[in-house]
Amino acid sequence: MATLTEAASASARFARRLRLPRLDAPQVSTRALGVAAASTIAFLYLPIVVLIVFSFNDNPVTTLPLRGFTWRWYESAFANADLLRALWNSIHVASSATVLCIVIGVPAAIALDRIEFSGKALFRRAVLLPLVLPGIITGISMLNLFRVIGFDLSLTTVIVGHGTALVSVVITQVFARLQRFNRRLEEASDDLGATPLQTFWLVTLPSIRTAIVGSALLAFTLSFDEIPVTFFLTGRDNTLPMYIYSTLRSGITPEINAIGTIIVVTSLFIIFLSVYLLSDKQEGR
Amino acid sequence: MRLKQRRRVFAIGILSGPLLWTLAFMFIPYSIMFAYSFFTRKFPTFVPDFQIGNYITLFADPQYYQVLLRTLKIGVFTTIFSLILAYPLAYFLVFKIRSPRLRTALYIAVIVPLWVSYLLRAYTWKTILGSQGVLNSFLVWTGLLDQPSDLFLYNQFAMVLTLTYIFVPFMVMPIYTALEKIPRSLIDASKDLGVGRIHTFLLVTVPLSLPGILAGATFTFCLTIGDFVAPFLVGGANGAMIATVVQSQFGTALNWPLGSALSIVLLIIVLTIISLSDRVERAGRLDLA
Repeated sequence: MATLTEAASASARFARRLRLPRLDAPQVSTRALGVAAASTIAFLYLPIVVLIVFSFNDNPVTTLPLRGFTWRWYESAFANADLLRALWNSIHVASSATVLCIVIGVPAAIALDRIEFSGKALFRRAVLLPLVLPGIITGISMLNLFRVIGFDLSLTTVIVGHGTALVSVVITQVFARLQRFNRRLEEASDDLGATPLQTFWLVTLPSIRTAIVGSALLAFTLSFDEIPVTFFLTGRDNTLPMYIYSTLRSGITPEINAIGTIIVVTSLFIIFLSVYLLSDKQEGR
Repeated sequence: MRLKQRRRVFAIGILSGPLLWTLAFMFIPYSIMFAYSFFTRKFPTFVPDFQIGNYITLFADPQYYQVLLRTLKIGVFTTIFSLILAYPLAYFLVFKIRSPRLRTALYIAVIVPLWVSYLLRAYTWKTILGSQGVLNSFLVWTGLLDQPSDLFLYNQFAMVLTLTYIFVPFMVMPIYTALEKIPRSLIDASKDLGVGRIHTFLLVTVPLSLPGILAGATFTFCLTIGDFVAPFLVGGANGAMIATVVQSQFGTALNWPLGSALSIVLLIIVLTIISLSDRVERAGRLDLA
């Protein structure tokens, strides 16, 4: 307590010596707002920092004070055969699901942008629904479907599930880019005698390429980390999040912090790249 | 004529894939789920039927409707807290940061965590709040607590905290976009007319950012009420939410019809909220035009 008072009076003295200008009301409110904003950003990154710090802490329990630096948890994570198999499964699932999202999502975005057909409003609602729809509904409904048609659960069903749940990510981003796209370029291509397919490959596609790549990276990360759909659609094989989820039942191990740190750092990198590619500055050139 | 025909072929080629996909993996599964919700359980499986007993159970058995009410409560609290954290942040970024480059950088820093492993971010709160966790050991270490407290984890507070943490960026995103679109001239005009800061904020800024608030609240609420990871990790014995119950009906409880009925209820809640917020937003747009 005493140290706190001392610290307060010391900082007051310091402020007087600096002759800080007295603040008027708007400045105070701006400061308050700044503090609120900074604390919220800190709140968003605190758990990520905790995860990373404790993955290097030489203590099997996540408690303070820190005990010292170690690579031990990374070593044991990479010696864990189940974990590595799950990691490999996740990479397989996420890449296949991403390809699926592109193959379904890009045509869907083009259709929404420029083809008129009956039932378009319903189609738009349906393809965008998974954005706000809890994953568990996609998982349960597809589990029911696979049971009815007698299709065994496996990583393949997980891939189909991820494709369905995440295709809206690709659709929204590509659609947004198409909406800003200058249609004159396509008309010019038509007038010059190009077939629709040629126009698509040579004019439309290059201008939406960064949106496709950006949203593909996003879909990959989301699929890699997906839990609710995977939970219901996976057979005997585990993906990495499912492996982590099931070990959390039996308690926390720093191994999870280690593999978690790798996932978070990789995801951060991929997402920054994706957000950069999706930003307006990248618009078709 | 040939061009028209070609265009038509092109349109069909483009459309058929996504259309078939939506039909096969959304409409048909939802229909099956809907049908199952009227079936009768016959342990260990179930038989076709048409009865509304499953729905009656959900709304008559306290075990289930209490979970429904708890889920809605957690959804409302999470939405409110996310808004309280997100609005000042979005406002600060849009109106107080002068440099566009810094503003974009900070905005990206805020929304990036949204896409980073949902499970790991929720799990970290468990390691922070647990009785052997970071917060407790910190408090004991500094002498603020004599012994670790188990008050932080396995309750509704922990769930709202974790879910708020997860959905703040989801709330910031649309509010930021809405605030950015407000013409500065409107705010200047209000000030020129002698309206005070606070009144300008309440009468000009907030109403114009309403579509953003609404979109953010819709996202947050709908995704919160369908979550089963936060209840599993930090909810504890009395923390079951709708999705937890659905999960157990399809798992250990082995009652697919009841689980399907509950999923349909969840789906209806989500669809209702989406169409409501759509309508309010459209009404707001008309108001401004």
